[in-house]
Amino acid sequence: MRMTRTKVAAAAAGLALLTAGCGNAGSDESETRDVEAVEDAQFEEGTRMAELNEAGEITIGVKYDQPGIGFQGAGDDTPVGFDPEIGKIIAANLGIDPENITWTETISDNREPFLQEGEVDLVIASYSITDERREVVGQAGPYYVTGQQLLVPSDSDIDDVADVEGEEVCSVTGSTSLDNARAEGAQPRGFDTYSECVDQVLDGTVSAMTTDGAILLGYAAEQPDALKVVGEPFSEERYGIGYSPEYPEMCQFLNDTLEASYEDGSWEEAFDITLGQSGDDAPEPPALDECA
Amino acid sequence: MEAIFGSFDVYLTGFGLTIGLAVVSGVLSLVFGLLLAAARVGPVPVLSKAAAVYVTLFRNTPLLVVFIFIAIALPRIGITFQSIEVIAVGDYNVSAFFFRAVVALTLYTSAFVCEAIRSGINAVPVGQAEAARAIGLDFGQVMRLVVLPQAARAVVPPMASVFIALTKNTSIAAAFGIAEAAATMRRFTNDNADQRIEIFLLIALGYIVVVEAIAFSSYALERRWKVAR
Repeated sequence: MRMTRTKVAAAAAGLALLTAGCGNAGSDESETRDVEAVEDAQFEEGTRMAELNEAGEITIGVKYDQPGIGFQGAGDDTPVGFDPEIGKIIAANLGIDPENITWTETISDNREPFLQEGEVDLVIASYSITDERREVVGQAGPYYVTGQQLLVPSDSDIDDVADVEGEEVCSVTGSTSLDNARAEGAQPRGFDTYSECVDQVLDGTVSAMTTDGAILLGYAAEQPDALKVVGEPFSEERYGIGYSPEYPEMCQFLNDTLEASYEDGSWEEAFDITLGQSGDDAPEPPALDECA
Repeated sequence: MEAIFGSFDVYLTGFGLTIGLAVVSGVLSLVFGLLLAAARVGPVPVLSKAAAVYVTLFRNTPLLVVFIFIAIALPRIGITFQSIEVIAVGDYNVSAFFFRAVVALTLYTSAFVCEAIRSGINAVPVGQAEAARAIGLDFGQVMRLVVLPQAARAVVPPMASVFIALTKNTSIAAAFGIAEAAATMRRFTNDNADQRIEIFLLIALGYIVVVEAIAFSSYALERRWKVAR
């Protein structure tokens, strides 16, 4: 029976390792701000906004695995980050309190289907505006503009995108970032989530991770000794708010709300307590696209 | 449609990697599974127990967990298999990512191969082995000359199922750094949100073609090895 016991020991060691991987759960309490619903929100009869205002609740799809953008630790009830903050501002202007927002995790792959099937009312999930996406869903914004950069171990020689040629670079399977890395001559390695990808960088199985700078900054801020963000942005990603194509009237409302949040400082405040924590000052709010 | 046909080479490369993974892990699983089956039915109690434990461990573990263990847990303790990258097949350097995927698929699939072969061996009447022993053959000879040739016939259909499952299981590698067919599908849908359904169907069609090739070769083998009883 000695064989059996060795195998059991090996299996136990494996399990211990797997659970050890989930170390950095939980997140910073300060990454959230109180938002009050607008009491007297008025909308034209029959619009989607009026329906949501009437219902008093809304479902918003955000990312759960991007620190600073949209992140929910293992013990948290609600996701925190810049995207959820924007979501709260939008909901407040619909007369909906933050407690009445149902947060749903959306991954890169299911954002359009979720909007089309009405699984979520809005997608605010580092959702880059593209022409192909605008064919099938509505996208208002952009409310934030970022660009693709590189996350490398702090002792790495890579300091610009030119250095990744021939190197293995990871990102999320099927993402635009991976396509861009491929175009730069890197060997793309797709993983399921950004956090698995960060692990690969830390373990040295890939040379770098690439995606939007905002997401990378969040990870670098978590482990400043082990990781750093390098290089000039080599793409432009314009984050938009996704809404169902059945309710085109949402676009103007979303744009007006974003515009108002630029002016009253709530946009900047939302940035400072989330993405801004990695030391960046809030940039100029980006100009919004006209609604069609 | 034009999403895929516009960059058909990407589609083909994706399925090339799927087939590559399936063939390499298929061959290795066959070899390893055969050794396991021999150990399992063989006369040495320690080997037989060890093989049984192996089968229990890997047949009862989801493939995803095996993948996570090999691709995420092992690198954490420094086992990255990167030394494998010095090996070159022609101009092509073996990548550690491909190797890790092959290891995970092989560990998992050989448990099923072992059981398929064992079912074939059990299908051979025990009198055959006894007769072979009676004329003085040792265990290796009994297996090689008498039992396995007869078992092979019975093994073809379950073995085909194992390899079909393996082929589809390669899609898990999409989430572990391999740009095979399923990863290619996600790349296409990300770039062409408006053509999702067509992309799903064309990728499914690709898998059907590959799997049918396995099914047809198994039917052909069955016919060829058929004997009048």
